[in-house]
Amino acid sequence: MKAIVCVKQVPDTSGKVAVKPDGTLDRASMATITNPDDLNALEAALKLKDATGCEVVVVTMGPPPAEGMLRELLARGADRAVLVSGREFGGSDTFATSQILAAAVNKIGVGPEDIVFCGRQAIDGDTAQVGPQIAEKLHLPQVTYAADIQKDGNTLVVKRMLEDGYMMIRVKTPCLITCIKELNQPRYMSVNGIFTCYDKPMEVFDYNALKDDPLIEVDTIGLKGSPTNVFKSFTPPQKGAGTMLTGDNVAAQLASVLAGKHLI
Amino acid sequence: MDFTLSKQQLMAQKMYREFAENEVKPLAKKVDAEEYFPKETVEKMGKLGMMGIYFPTSVGGAGGDVLSYVMAVEELSKVCGTTGVILSAHSSLCAAPIYENGTPEQKAKYLPKLCSGEWLGAFGLTEPGAGTDAQGQQTFAVEREDGWLLNGSKIFITNSGFADVFIIIAVTGTVLDKRGRKSKEISAFIVERTDPGFKVGKPEDKMGIRGSSTCELIMEDCLIPKDRLLGVKGKGFQLAMATLDGGRIGIAAQALGIAEGAIDETVAYVKERKQFGRSIAQFQNTQFELAEMKARVDAAKYLVYAAALKKQAIMNGQKGRYSVEAAEAKLIAARTASDVTRRCLQLFGGYGYTRDYPIERMMRDAKITEIYEGTSEVQMMVISGALLK
Repeated sequence: MKAIVCVKQVPDTSGKVAVKPDGTLDRASMATITNPDDLNALEAALKLKDATGCEVVVVTMGPPPAEGMLRELLARGADRAVLVSGREFGGSDTFATSQILAAAVNKIGVGPEDIVFCGRQAIDGDTAQVGPQIAEKLHLPQVTYAADIQKDGNTLVVKRMLEDGYMMIRVKTPCLITCIKELNQPRYMSVNGIFTCYDKPMEVFDYNALKDDPLIEVDTIGLKGSPTNVFKSFTPPQKGAGTMLTGDNVAAQLASVLAGKHLI
Repeated sequence: MDFTLSKQQLMAQKMYREFAENEVKPLAKKVDAEEYFPKETVEKMGKLGMMGIYFPTSVGGAGGDVLSYVMAVEELSKVCGTTGVILSAHSSLCAAPIYENGTPEQKAKYLPKLCSGEWLGAFGLTEPGAGTDAQGQQTFAVEREDGWLLNGSKIFITNSGFADVFIIIAVTGTVLDKRGRKSKEISAFIVERTDPGFKVGKPEDKMGIRGSSTCELIMEDCLIPKDRLLGVKGKGFQLAMATLDGGRIGIAAQALGIAEGAIDETVAYVKERKQFGRSIAQFQNTQFELAEMKARVDAAKYLVYAAALKKQAIMNGQKGRYSVEAAEAKLIAARTASDVTRRCLQLFGGYGYTRDYPIERMMRDAKITEIYEGTSEVQMMVISGALLK
């Protein structure tokens, strides 16, 4: 049994946000972090490892320096890492990325008891599309927005958090689950984990390693395989400060403010 | 000297920073104000391998290195001097002498539990009439058929209220020195909190590091098994001094961290605080003060890291001692901490004098680094002793 965790290295938006003249993010000049939701996904996998002793494999697609992030995830307790990296993969949007990651997960191999964990969404694109797309392409059942996961025999009972409530979903393995921050508290790297993480196996999947997978075609990966085009990106204007109404009869006060603005 | 940090050391530093920011800093005010010993932090550090950073995995340690340990004390002390010294005293003064002098059985019994944080360690040398002056020792250990019988008391023992394992220095007899004069024979012992006749007295009410548990130890017919003698009988003073060499690097790291933490707080404050229509960071006095403090702190840092690297080289088999490096690091880092925290408080002005800001706590915490594990004057004795021998 194993848990495969898909992770992404993203710009640290708590620091300086650099934007290129064309409006896209200047990733090279920004500090990077592991996408926060992906740390919740890793923590879910590590909890499963604590309980069952299963293997935890982390996989990311990115440029060679993403190895540093993968080493940190090994230091948190993952057993091995896969870096999917190649020029052919550059410029991929969510569709192309999920083609490539699905092929990589296929190569790692999804057994009958295995679970693929993803973060809900990445803080740079906020699409929440890659996880579900991987599930579709691997023909795996998926549960998104997991806030709680309980193992019950060979099924999982997942609490799926929605804006106005939650759903309890029972799902058979193998499956894919996308995780939200309410699911758990990610653990720190351990000192021993840090001093052994460079001894743990790290494989690189380049284009040649994945090209035989039917998902990988010239027109399904990279810029060519990406139906998304960025037309323009910009910082939305800040919302103004609100006004708090206090005292007696706030409803009447509100009505008079709205009436004054000719809204009612 | 190469201070380039390895990938692992950089990763460890990053982890310590996150841990200090999220787990230690939020408790720091309570630790000081309520003399609160942060047990939960010790437990968390144990789980992460921070209570045995530079000991090998074969004895339950994390398999890291001395510099990674020093950086842990430094990062913790940036936000809480108390938490820094808990780690330093535990690692350098208890686990280290067992690792360096213990029998295989002693190592197997104590180190895994110390390194996991299940047991907390302490070190008892100081007595009302003796510290660095070993001949003043009044605690006696008498060898009997059924073990060693200890009688006496120790004071100012860091971690003692919560420690499980204590290294105790005691007089085991009289010997004649080279000139035929009588002197006390000193030996070291491992004492457990639960040993009969062993008691922890009342905690001291201190100026700084107020959450650190500093108590008296009382041994009244305290009987311990024979196999608790640590190292060679009669070599206890050398063991204690070698242990303090390591301890001094830890305290130097604590002092360094306190100074760095004070500068971090001050940089944030001077950018925010406005006087005469601009932030006080724009005044040249502020800029020059900060510049000089930063340069002094970096100078201290290089001495502390150099001492850590020397200890590492000796642990790796290089011949020699690191007493002078440790003494220099502690002397300069401790003075820097006191000086920098005082000057930072001055930049805070009246607000710095209130307990609403952490800077007065840092100033109080800094002072102890000039006193414990050998005062600054003792460090100068060590350094000049080596120069003039």
